[in-house]
Amino acid sequence: MTPVVALIFGMLGLGAVLAMIRLALGPSLLDRVVATDTILVIVTAGLAVHAAVNRDPTVVPVLVVVALLVFVGAISVARYVGGMLLRTGADVEELGVSPAAEQVQGHEGTERP
Amino acid sequence: MNDVESLADWIALACLLTGAFLCLTAGVGLLRFPDVLSRMHAGTKPQVMGVLLIMVGGAIRLSGWSATWMLLLVAVFQLITAPVNAHMVSRIAYRRGHVGRDSLFVDELGVAPRGAEVTAGEEGRRGDQPADAPIGDETEPQVDEDDGAGDQAVDEPAREPRG
Amino acid sequence: MTVIDSPVRRLRLRLPLIVWLVLIWNLLWGTWSWANLITGLLVALTVTVVLPLPAVTGGGRLHPVAALYFLGHFLVNLIVSSAQVAWQTLRPSGIRQSAVLLVQLRTDSDLLLSVIAQTLTLVPGSMVMDLDRRRMTLGVHVLDVGDEADVERQRADVLATERRVVRAFGSAADIARLDQEPPRGHAAAPATTEPTR
Repeated sequence: MTPVVALIFGMLGLGAVLAMIRLALGPSLLDRVVATDTILVIVTAGLAVHAAVNRDPTVVPVLVVVALLVFVGAISVARYVGGMLLRTGADVEELGVSPAAEQVQGHEGTERP
Repeated sequence: MNDVESLADWIALACLLTGAFLCLTAGVGLLRFPDVLSRMHAGTKPQVMGVLLIMVGGAIRLSGWSATWMLLLVAVFQLITAPVNAHMVSRIAYRRGHVGRDSLFVDELGVAPRGAEVTAGEEGRRGDQPADAPIGDETEPQVDEDDGAGDQAVDEPAREPRG
Repeated sequence: MTVIDSPVRRLRLRLPLIVWLVLIWNLLWGTWSWANLITGLLVALTVTVVLPLPAVTGGGRLHPVAALYFLGHFLVNLIVSSAQVAWQTLRPSGIRQSAVLLVQLRTDSDLLLSVIAQTLTLVPGSMVMDLDRRRMTLGVHVLDVGDEADVERQRADVLATERRVVRAFGSAADIARLDQEPPRGHAAAPATTEPTR
C-alpha cells in the first residue's frame, strides 16, 4: 500500500508547489489570495490524508481550525483590497460594472412592499 | 497504511486518491488559467469536491464518532464558506479590472447603460468600504443577502457621507 | 425586514440559529453530553445576544421530495462538473474563453437567492459574481465558453438550478412565480432612476 500513499502525497505536494508558484508569480494581490486559499485547502487535505492513512485522529481538530482560517484569511484580504479600491479611486474607469449588490446592499428592505 | 483488508478501506483509498488528484488539478489550473476569475474556478474545485472526498475517506478510515463529527464539520464549513469566499474575491477582482476582458466571450455585466457606469463608480466604491469607515446617518446595518449565513457581522454597509 | 418588537417572535426567529450553534458546539467537542449541551446553549445565547444578526425573515418551507431531487441533482452536477473542470485544466488545448452572464431570475426571496447563489458557486464551472437584489439578476462567471449556444446553455442551466431550488425550498407563491414570464427589459433599465431611497 505504500506506493499508493506515496502517490497521494505526491499529488498533493505537487499541487501545493504549483499553487506556490502562482503565489510567487501572481500578478495581482487577488491571484495570491486565491493561491493561498488553494494551498491551505491542500494542507487541510494533506492532514486529513495523514489522519486517514495512519488511523490517527489527533490532527482532526487542526483541520477544523485550518478550514476556518481559509475563510477568515480570504475574507479579510478581500475586504482589504476592497478598501484599496475605495481609496485609490484611480481606476474608476475600470469600474464599469453594474452597481448590483452595492446599490441595494443594506436598504432594499425598506423599499419592498 | 498496512491494514487495508476490507472493501471499506479500498473505497476510502479510492476517495483519497481522487481527492488528491483534484487538488493536483487545482494547482495545474491555478498556473495555466489566464485570469483571476478562471483561476478561482480551479481553486473552488478541490475546496468542494476534493475536500468532500478526502473527508469521506477519512471518516471511513477513522474509527470513533468524535473524529467523524469533526470531519463532517470541516466539510460543512467548506461548503458554507467557499462560495462566500469566492463571491467576495471575484466581485472585487471584477471591479478592479483584473479580468482579462479579451478572454471574455461575452460580458453582460459590463454592458450596462452609460448612465449606470457613473453610479457604478460611486456606489461600487461605497459598497466596498472597510468596516471602520465613518458611519452615515441614514440606514441601519442590514443583511448583505448574498453572503450566506455567517458573514453579516463583518459586512455591515458602513457609509460615508457623500460629497 | 421591519423592526421586530416582540421578544417572543425574535426568539422564535433566532431559534434555528441557536440550535445550529449548539449543534456545532457539540460537534466540535465530538461527544454528546448534557454538559456540552448546556454549555453550548449558554455560548449560543451569549453569541446571539452579543453579536446579533439580522433575522432571516420570509423563510420558505421544505418540500421533501423536491429537496431530495435537488440534492441528488446537485451531487451529480458536482461530480460531473468537477470532472469537466479537471479535464479542462489538464487537456493540452487549455480553456477557451470564459463569459460573464447576466441572468434574470424570477425569485424574490433573500433565502432562496442565497441558496441559489451558493449552489451555483459550489458547482465548478460557474461562479456568482454579482447579485442585484432589486432586479433579481445574477452576474455569473462561467468557464469555457465557445460560442453563443454555450452561453444559452449555461443560462438555461442557471435557470434550471433556480427552478430546482425554488421547488425544494420555496413557498407556494415563489413556485407560482416560476412559471410567469420574467420581467423583461427590467434589467436594462437605466440605473440613474435607482437611488430613490
